[in-house]
Amino acid sequence: MMLAAAFTSRRGTLLLLVAVMLLVPLVAPSSFYLRVAALVWIFALAALGLTIVMGYAGQVSLGHAGFLGIGAYAVAIGPRHLALDPLLSLALGALLCGLVAYLVGKPILKLKGYYLAIATLGFGLIVALVLASESAVTGGPDGMPVARLSLFGWRVTGALTWYWVTAGALLLGALLALNVEASPTGRALRALHDSEIAAAGAGVDVASKKLAAFVIGAVYAGIAGALLALMNGLITPETAGFMHSIELVAMVIIGGLGSVTGAVVGAAFLVVLPQALTSLQEYEQAVLGLLIMVFMIFLPSGIVPTLRRLVLERAS
Amino acid sequence: MGTTIVRRWMLRAAAVSTAVSAVVLHAGGSGALAAEPIRIGAVLSVTGSAAFLGDPEAKTLKIYVDEINRKGGLLGRPVQLVLYDDGGDANKARTFATRLVGDNKVIAMVGGTGTGTTLAMMPVFEEAEIPFVSLAGGIEIVEPARPFVFKTPHTDKTACQKVFEDMKLRGFTKIALISGTDGFGKSMRNQCLKVTGDYGISILADESYGPADADMTPQLNKIKNTAGVQAVLNPGFGQGPAIVTRNYAQLGISLPFYQSHGVASKSFIELAGSAAEGVRLPAPALLVADKLAPEDKQKAVVSEYKKTYETATGQPVSTFGGYAFDGIQLLVKAIERAKSVDPRAIRDELEATRDYVGVTGIYTMAPNDHLGLGAESFRMLEIKGGEWVPAAQPR
Repeated sequence: MMLAAAFTSRRGTLLLLVAVMLLVPLVAPSSFYLRVAALVWIFALAALGLTIVMGYAGQVSLGHAGFLGIGAYAVAIGPRHLALDPLLSLALGALLCGLVAYLVGKPILKLKGYYLAIATLGFGLIVALVLASESAVTGGPDGMPVARLSLFGWRVTGALTWYWVTAGALLLGALLALNVEASPTGRALRALHDSEIAAAGAGVDVASKKLAAFVIGAVYAGIAGALLALMNGLITPETAGFMHSIELVAMVIIGGLGSVTGAVVGAAFLVVLPQALTSLQEYEQAVLGLLIMVFMIFLPSGIVPTLRRLVLERAS
Repeated sequence: MGTTIVRRWMLRAAAVSTAVSAVVLHAGGSGALAAEPIRIGAVLSVTGSAAFLGDPEAKTLKIYVDEINRKGGLLGRPVQLVLYDDGGDANKARTFATRLVGDNKVIAMVGGTGTGTTLAMMPVFEEAEIPFVSLAGGIEIVEPARPFVFKTPHTDKTACQKVFEDMKLRGFTKIALISGTDGFGKSMRNQCLKVTGDYGISILADESYGPADADMTPQLNKIKNTAGVQAVLNPGFGQGPAIVTRNYAQLGISLPFYQSHGVASKSFIELAGSAAEGVRLPAPALLVADKLAPEDKQKAVVSEYKKTYETATGQPVSTFGGYAFDGIQLLVKAIERAKSVDPRAIRDELEATRDYVGVTGIYTMAPNDHLGLGAESFRMLEIKGGEWVPAAQPR
């Protein structure tokens, strides 16, 4: 029953997440495991943003790491070149992501299907290119250092501290995403995911709802990027790279399209698995690819929706 | 019915993942050795865009760790190399660095292929107080010197010093620069401008070109028409310098022409063709391994490395693998001198390195110099008949 509640109710999902977050530091034998877990929370936050775009609104974005990069470089450039507080830079970076998503999304979201995927792909590539070549501001391909974050005179350092900061951010993000899902906007988004024509017929403002989803998703990715940069203390243009965009899409699909838990599970899958496979050395990439294929063939709707179906069938 | 199919699928998936984890466990448990092994970590960009650097580095480390173990190990204990591939991603490199420190309990680290990945990993090793010998070029890795961070490759500054030394000996004090605006060209130009004063050299013309430019005659014409220029230097990487060299010959400029270590590859000579004749450049001894004088201090170690690497891999040797050779040798020698695997003792001995003759150069470290290479680590080469030859000594 408990398990069923975790899959069906908002409170159940959040409680499950909190339980896992409390458990990990108790069993983690070294700071390495805490760092990996913190990376899972950060990428889960970015994947959550993409879940809103892809899972709720049904729009494919192949350039989402571009927003990760914008958010990350905001906390690097703000304190360094503009003498801004890191926390203020984080907020401005998230705002900038939303603004850029609005400006880019307005014309792009009129396109449908593959055109949208290609347009967002182009956007991501442009961001990565600008970050790598504007070396006077961004430090070029070698990246740039990021000032340490301090909150009310308290310096945020150490693996455990960052574990809790990122866990808190993800929890907040999950809460918001669950509320969006249940709001009228969420229902409208799911309607247009199923059929744009039917949704428009039912009075949903398709273009503005799609744009809203894209903007929210970009803000999520921006904040995730900022957290990544602040935790590492250094940021390089690869953060915004094409491979990261693909990784985010893979997280959302493997975990289960349109599910908050799915985004977290997908992020955990793609962050933890490469670490578990390192002893395979040169076969690592091949086995990773094979495992993704196996999961997609046997669990085509993603890990979480499949589990949910199994648990609900057993409960009934 | 739907459930049974799903269940069967789940079973199959479970079987696959069990098989995979069995492989993992098997590969993880290396052969039982008598003594507890000494663990040395390495995080290299074996795949990704920097693979041409990381691959020879990884191969070199494996070859020489095997050799150490064949000869009875270090301090009577076997050496275990814990190698991770970061794919050129700074974030992954940082994660592997915490893994080496927190999980694998390495006592020292060789690696960090790029400047970006090295900078991302440095704080981890500084905090854990574990020596870290980087294989990346950037000067910011060792300037300012941090207690636990060292590096083996020479910097752009060393290359500038070598070129200016040669110019000074030949009596050239008024020169022109034409540099690429890519990362390499820009960095080297800045380093060169910083040391001109030490050699009494003044820059009369300072031109630049973009990384994708296909014709540099306007910039070269400007240099040609600048009165008093005695020599020209071209800091650049990739195909740019080859085009500059061709244009230089087409314009019939007769001034001595210097290239940087960025073109120390056969493809430059192929691209520039006969225009490359007489061009001088600073390069590591490895490029002219078979042409070194018999009394040359580096001759033995350079030819030995070239032979070992080429027999083991069947591929031509590269300077990048040489950086890894020097990294592991510096570390092994420091551990032998320290007679201990205490990271602090190893660090102290690394810093106390004196006259270690390596593939890249002769290293002498100091508390404020964690590179330890001088301009003599570069050889002045000249291109003659499509080959590199040591440039004649100026008098």
